Amino acid sequence: MSPSSVVLRLHGVTRVHGEGATRVEALRGVSFAAHAGELVAVMGPSGSGKSTLLTIAGGLDQPTEGRVEVEGTDLVALPRAGRSRLRRTSIGYVFQGFNLIPALSAAENVALPLELDGTRTRAARQAALRALEEVGIVELADRFPDDMSGGQQQRVAIARAIVGERRLVLADEPTGALDSETGEEVLRLLRARCDAGAAGVLVTHESRHAAWADRVVFLRDGVVVDESGCEPVESLLETSDAR
Amino acid sequence: MSVKQALLALLEQEPMYGYQLRTEFEARTGSAWPLNVGQVYTTLTRLERDGLVEPAGADDEGHEIWRLTAAGHDEVAAWFTTPVARTQPPRDELAIKLALAVTVPGVDVGTLIQRQRSATMGALQDYTRLKRQADASTGRTDLAWSLVLDSLVFAAEAEIRWLDHCEARVRRVATESTPLIAPARFERDEQEAGR
Ligand SMILES: Nc1ncnc2c1ncn2[C@@H]1O[C@H](COP(=O)(O)OP(=O)(O)OP(=O)(O)O)[C@@H](O)[C@H]1O
Ligand SMILES: [Mg+2]
Repeated sequence: MSPSSVVLRLHGVTRVHGEGATRVEALRGVSFAAHAGELVAVMGPSGSGKSTLLTIAGGLDQPTEGRVEVEGTDLVALPRAGRSRLRRTSIGYVFQGFNLIPALSAAENVALPLELDGTRTRAARQAALRALEEVGIVELADRFPDDMSGGQQQRVAIARAIVGERRLVLADEPTGALDSETGEEVLRLLRARCDAGAAGVLVTHESRHAAWADRVVFLRDGVVVDESGCEPVESLLETSDAR
Repeated sequence: MSVKQALLALLEQEPMYGYQLRTEFEARTGSAWPLNVGQVYTTLTRLERDGLVEPAGADDEGHEIWRLTAAGHDEVAAWFTTPVARTQPPRDELAIKLALAVTVPGVDVGTLIQRQRSATMGALQDYTRLKRQADASTGRTDLAWSLVLDSLVFAAEAEIRWLDHCEARVRRVATESTPLIAPARFERDEQEAGR
């Protein structure tokens, strides 16, 4: 695989919270890559550092040590404004709690990141409708989150994460509160997005959902302990380099 | 698995010849439980001896066709209306292996569990890939195959959940008895030593 197809790369990332007695090493020297067209699942027990890994990959949190690159841009070195911009344009983030804004309709929620980035309202709405179409709920475009089921809200959250052709989609337990059929539908959407060329990272407790990924990375106490899957295990090699 | 019952059930659909029975069986179950054609012929001979099937001539290409007798039809009906017996748990190599691993001294249980989890995860990824392909089509046989895949998926998922549970318990026991060793460091060193 050519290096240019690497969308996300973490180099020896360590994240320490607190000091002294309350010091927690949430991640310890994690190296990890996600390529275009690839869906990677991250599994591990509660507290193993999965969400920390994802927020750092998405530029929502900063590593204590190490480097994070998104499409070749070093997130850590980037000034705050540049990081925010990259977050709005290249990175889609699906949170466990959906995080939709109740006062905005589905289409407005989806269009929001584009509008924040200066896209004109009409163009942003059109892009939002295309994304809602892609997740199969374009007919709900003018509904408000409170008037939708959990599964529908989650689709809106996914549409918001993929609107504007984002190349990196990060999802933290996106199937959490959904029944197994609806959860599977969410996986189908993420998978389709990756098959269309995006890189995806999915945090999940459910092995049945992780099985949709090309690779599964196992985290234990902030360390990558193993990987399974048929795709190149490049990040495993990187881990041994970093030691 | 009962080859006998499966062949009888297929003949309930229509009379067939030996090789055709094998093809039809695999169309419904994929290659999950491959059936060799010799096994089909010996089973048919036994079923004929027991009066459950009888020869019904040959087709244009000279294949010997088999059909159900009245007793055969009754047998199929009885099979579909009786639950599969669960008299004793099937012998489970993994459960036995773990039971021995936690008792035999010097076995690296953490690594054993992780290797197994990785391998089972790989199988689960394969089943999921096949399922996505099967779901893309909608024929009746594909429904059968897709349900068989679901069964494999649920079994692999249950195995992984059980492994997670075993690991958590083993780690708890390990931290209680040797509180100075951080579990992940412990596990990783073991893994490197294994390479
Ligand atoms: N802001 C913070 N301050 C202090 N400690 C934190 C903070 N955020 C996370 N941690 C700690 O870092 C470790 C990893 O947390 P993280 O949220 O990444 O776990 P997780 O794998 O996502 O768990 P879960 O499956 O429960 O969501 C935990 O021990 C957690 O308590
Ligand atoms: Mg988390």
